[in-house]
Amino acid sequence: MNTLSKKVVATTFDVSRVRQDFPALDQDVNGYSLVYFDNGATSQKPLSVIQAISAFYTGYNANIHRGVHHLSQLATNAYEEARQAVADWINAPKATEVIFTSGTTAGINLVAQSWGRHYLKPGDEIVLSAMEHHGNIVPWQMVCQEKGAKLRIIPMNDQGELILEEAEKIIGSRTRMLALSHVSNALGTINPVAEIIAMARKQGALVLLDGAQAVPHFRIDVQQLDCDFYAFSAHKMLGSTGTGVLWAKEQLLNELPPWQGGGDMIESVSFEKTTYNVAPFRFEAGTPHIAGALALHAAINYYRALNQHELEAHEASLLQYASQCLLSIPGLRIIGNARHKVPVISFVLEGLHPYDVGFILDKYGIAVRTGHHCAQPVMDFFKIPGTIRASLAFYNTTAEIERLKEVLLIAKRMLS
Amino acid sequence: MSIKDKELEIEEEFLLFDDWTGKYEHLIEQGRSLPMIDQLKRTEEHLIKGCQSQVWLDARLEDGKVFYFADSDAQIPKGVVSLLVRVLSGEKPEDIVNADLGFIDRIGLKEHLSPTRSNGLVSMVKQMKFYALAHQ
Repeated sequence: MNTLSKKVVATTFDVSRVRQDFPALDQDVNGYSLVYFDNGATSQKPLSVIQAISAFYTGYNANIHRGVHHLSQLATNAYEEARQAVADWINAPKATEVIFTSGTTAGINLVAQSWGRHYLKPGDEIVLSAMEHHGNIVPWQMVCQEKGAKLRIIPMNDQGELILEEAEKIIGSRTRMLALSHVSNALGTINPVAEIIAMARKQGALVLLDGAQAVPHFRIDVQQLDCDFYAFSAHKMLGSTGTGVLWAKEQLLNELPPWQGGGDMIESVSFEKTTYNVAPFRFEAGTPHIAGALALHAAINYYRALNQHELEAHEASLLQYASQCLLSIPGLRIIGNARHKVPVISFVLEGLHPYDVGFILDKYGIAVRTGHHCAQPVMDFFKIPGTIRASLAFYNTTAEIERLKEVLLIAKRMLS
Repeated sequence: MSIKDKELEIEEEFLLFDDWTGKYEHLIEQGRSLPMIDQLKRTEEHLIKGCQSQVWLDARLEDGKVFYFADSDAQIPKGVVSLLVRVLSGEKPEDIVNADLGFIDRIGLKEHLSPTRSNGLVSMVKQMKFYALAHQ
């Protein structure tokens, strides 16, 4: 353990200073200091994000894109600045390619419904991977059923890595869309998206990436990725719930029919005929989550103020430390041992149900997620009912990992 | 012993523990003496919905009284269901249907069960009462 500790100390990321920005981290749960290891479900929020929400509601709350009045213009400007900030953050060529949604799932549904219903024909194929979240399975299943198209699944190996040779066989001339998670929520695997996207490109298929679990950990460059759609949620990357982003190439957005109708997405409406607004507005029907967009802007600013290189080094050392620490517990098996991972550790303890373990961890103030993590096919593949998932963020510490180990040992004692 | 008396007996047992670890260790221990459901009946049909773990429940009527058999793949839910079985098993259907089971709250179990978990508990009680109703 000594050599390991030295390695961890070597990172320069000032985690204790960073933690001061997150008020929710500093509290006791059931009489113990909170250890928050459920970041894969949602991250905690820094003060600057909380303040951005509060500043909007206390200072310039108004509806956007409608009013000529002062507050409405302030709100509209702030909302459109947030859109620009997102575009810059993911290196999108244009801000108009950024659609605000209610989350990753909504973004995927938008593409499945708008693109899928318009373009899919019987016999067409949508390629997913074996490690998708239900949010990137069910929307495709629904549209496939309707259009007579088929789902094809890229399998994974026992380490929780996609098998590229199989992907090569599955992605073929019938493939219309490759919809792939950038990072697996249940396993933490960072998928080799460049290689798989190249296969899709060769076949002329479109590519959607589910970035929900990627954006909290590393920078996204949608141009470099060479995808057509990139969907993610704000709340997993320090923003608020109820806000997400769907980025799409401009040309596609202009071709795609709108999905949901309503205010703000129209150009003119009569009872005989409605003409639609341009993208991105025609995909944002109704009043959006304005405060959520502003919060996301604040979250991006927060990430920008951190040193991304140091953040990633810190997270990598947390992953390494946690993996070794947990593996020293007899009977503990990590599910998902890909070579490239974010700091997400899914595990099972021999003979113990994840629910019981999670319950006892909670009693000691440790927040993890137990169950199938909305990825039942992954659990079926590993033939387990579920896992205990510790999903870490850059504000977590090695001391918290040691505490997890300590309490897991207590849980083992109590349950055996 | 009536349902009320059995509830009281369990409450007294749990009073012996002044911290939650003792209570839960006792709860888990209780699960070990649960009248087990027939292995062949550990099927979808006997599964209680609304639990994160799997809980199976079966009931039988004998001399006008309902007897319960259950199992779970997780220990804490198994402990919880075993307390319910201990209290309700061997009672008349109408007494089971009318039982208020306030002891769950009083032994400090319900307050520690989050909404999703307590939904599991609620489903267990519902299913047990449903069996009693069916046998009434």
